[in-house]
Amino acid sequence: MSGASNFAEGVDLAFYVIIGISVFFLVGITAVMIYFVFKYNKKRHPKADTSITGSVKLEIIWTVIPTILVLVMFYFGWAGFAPMRDVPEDAIPVKAIARMWSWTFEYENGKKSDKLIVPKDRPVKINLVSVDVIHNLYIPAFRVKEDVVPGRNNYMWFTANQYGSFDLMCAEYCGLRHSYMLTTVEVVNNEEWAEWMLTPEGESDLDRVAAGFNVIKTNGCVACHSSDGTKLVANSFKGIWGLDRKVVVDGKEQTIKIDAAYIRQSVYDPNSQVVLGYNSGIMPSYIGMISDTEVEQLIEYIKSLGGDAQ
Amino acid sequence: MTAIPHQKLYVDFFHEKRGLASWLVTHDHKRIALLYFYAISGFFVVAFCLGLLMRLELIAPGETIMSAQVYNEVFTLHGVIMIFLFIIPAVPAIFGNFVLPMLIGAPDVAFPRLNLVSWYLYVIGGLLALSTLLYGDRPADTGWTFYAPYSVKTGTNVTVAVLAAFILGFSSILTGLNFIVTIHQMRAPGMTWMKMPLFPWALYATSWIQVLATPVVGITLLMIVAERTLGIGLFDPSIGGDPVLYQHLFWIYSHPAVYIMALPAMGIVSETIPVFVKKSIFGYKVIVYSSLAIAFIGYFVWGHHMYTSGMSGPARIIFSILTFLVAIPSAIKVFNWISTLYKGSIDIKPPLLYALAFIFLFTIGGLTGLVVGALATDIHVHDTYFVVGHFHYVMFGGTGFAFIGAIHFWYPKIWGRMYNLKWANIGFTVLFIGFNLVYFPMLVLGMMGMPRRYYDYLPEFTIPNLVSTVGSWVMAIGLIIVIVNLINGRKGPKASTNPWKSVTLDWTHTQSPPSLYNFEETPVVTRGPYDYRDYEEYIKNES
Repeated sequence: MSGASNFAEGVDLAFYVIIGISVFFLVGITAVMIYFVFKYNKKRHPKADTSITGSVKLEIIWTVIPTILVLVMFYFGWAGFAPMRDVPEDAIPVKAIARMWSWTFEYENGKKSDKLIVPKDRPVKINLVSVDVIHNLYIPAFRVKEDVVPGRNNYMWFTANQYGSFDLMCAEYCGLRHSYMLTTVEVVNNEEWAEWMLTPEGESDLDRVAAGFNVIKTNGCVACHSSDGTKLVANSFKGIWGLDRKVVVDGKEQTIKIDAAYIRQSVYDPNSQVVLGYNSGIMPSYIGMISDTEVEQLIEYIKSLGGDAQ
Repeated sequence: MTAIPHQKLYVDFFHEKRGLASWLVTHDHKRIALLYFYAISGFFVVAFCLGLLMRLELIAPGETIMSAQVYNEVFTLHGVIMIFLFIIPAVPAIFGNFVLPMLIGAPDVAFPRLNLVSWYLYVIGGLLALSTLLYGDRPADTGWTFYAPYSVKTGTNVTVAVLAAFILGFSSILTGLNFIVTIHQMRAPGMTWMKMPLFPWALYATSWIQVLATPVVGITLLMIVAERTLGIGLFDPSIGGDPVLYQHLFWIYSHPAVYIMALPAMGIVSETIPVFVKKSIFGYKVIVYSSLAIAFIGYFVWGHHMYTSGMSGPARIIFSILTFLVAIPSAIKVFNWISTLYKGSIDIKPPLLYALAFIFLFTIGGLTGLVVGALATDIHVHDTYFVVGHFHYVMFGGTGFAFIGAIHFWYPKIWGRMYNLKWANIGFTVLFIGFNLVYFPMLVLGMMGMPRRYYDYLPEFTIPNLVSTVGSWVMAIGLIIVIVNLINGRKGPKASTNPWKSVTLDWTHTQSPPSLYNFEETPVVTRGPYDYRDYEEYIKNES
């Protein structure tokens, strides 16, 4: 996988050096081993040469050469790593807030987002904040990773040098939905970024999204509805917002749009309009269990998982 | 040691007394070794099956056979059993117990009753760990590392699991203590330190780690219990603690513990190769010193598990350079083993196959260790599947293969029978191929950036995961062949006393199976442990 940050070159060079030396030794050791096993096989070589018990010269050689080689490898490891601790003064500060199991990014002017939006070719310093347990912010394409430790002010920085969307994951095990604690880094050009930064957001959509996730978690919805497109017992929440779906009403097919009204009805009277292909009678009504406000939050959450109405 | 009571002569240790009770109160090191063998093998099979279930879940993205919560519990239990109940005790407690006294010409270990106590502690700890499945809300879901503050916050059965690990620690400490005293006090006349075989040397280095490092993890685990029950604020920042402190304390033990797992396995390889090559191990003294060097330097490298924890830059650099230094003695061992083959008379038997496979797989484990030991590359692969692949190459490819090799090596000594050699070779081959199919794709996944402990994954990681899961079935078939062949071997042909024609005391001076106190009379050592000059004559005269 090609790298997309200022560190990629140094890290990849260290990979090439270490893996190169390693493959050389692995192949060498294995080849010699196999050669000896054939050449000095009992059939060809019935009598062992018992006079050989060691060689000071060889021991020195194979102590000194590996020592030099590991120091070389250490050097490349260090050289690729050292700049990661040396943050430029003009780096754009971003606060990454990690919680079980989502990310929020907060920028200098108070703007928040669930994806990390950064400009190309400008250094960005991420201040890592956890509100619960240890997480780890990992962007494979940038070759950066640092633990997000509650109570500690860890940080990382990078300069993205390619446009595009790159995976950002949690790499420190943090419980149930650890493997779903994913988002992306969006690398945009500087003007786009500045414009985006200045767009006001009103109230933060993000808190409502997080609250919506809490609704589906605490009410057990996740047992049947996935958030990642997986078809469990029921429709996944992912990517359904605004789609047209065929539903069955009183035994007859009709097409509806998945909108706020449909979601509200599906929460309170789930069996009235069941999407074709799914069974009716499985989901209970949530009247009295999920409030109107919580339905609003749920809708924000479903919207945040994508769809084509926005 | 002084004379051995005469009425015990020629009675094999199996049949000295009969019945379950005679086994459960035995002081005999060989019977205790077999008690360990059955308990440890049982736990291994359980954890191996858990591993198969994990691989099956990961065959494709999304849910396959279990929910995320169950998956998290399964990988925790897999790790806890494999680390604390299999790989740490396997070689020392089974083969250390069985052959250490015989290799140094002693009738038993120094403290036979303490030895039995260690086994009971092991069983109690093991059952306690498994009992977490049966009560409380859920089994622990923290991973075997029990990282705070998650382990403090989770509602699962962590307290009991941690106490189980604490008790197992004591089993390990007492075994280590027993071996140190045995090696110091009970070597046969004439066996100077530099005439001692290499497996005892490896156990000696290991035992010091067990005695000195295990208490640290014991204390740390108790601190977790105190944190959970009393809320005293050691590790949980919300009550004033520091989670990174936990990691330091944990790895101060758990990195040296890696050498508790690896060193005895290296000892087995050093013990096996000369027997099937019929010449002295190359560079005996260097191998001895390299074991001691690994045990010593191994104490100072724990920080390499924490490069991304937020440690200061200089601390990361110091831990990295020390990590590279600990690679050197391991490399030296590999070169010496290979050189032992030179101008030998090599007889490819199953134990040697496992030893050679150890060299190959352990070398991959060691070399991938350099990738995670270097700073820049570790930042990329830390906490990814690369690490999972790396430590399985070291632990399973290294210690696991050495362990299975050791069973094949000492099988005729322990049971006095010989297994089917052809099926042993077939089992080995399938296991070896399956192993690489499982773990090599993990190295690739890690380079691609797939984090470990992931229940579900992005679509780009699908193919290596599929290969790895299919490999797990091949590996399982290999293991089944190996186990069935070994079980059938109990009814196999009677083995001669010294079928491999070894010159160490365990083969030359004891019967197969050995008598209760091993030796008819205390042997007097005049030759080096791997002196194969005129060995056929020597073996004939001695036995």
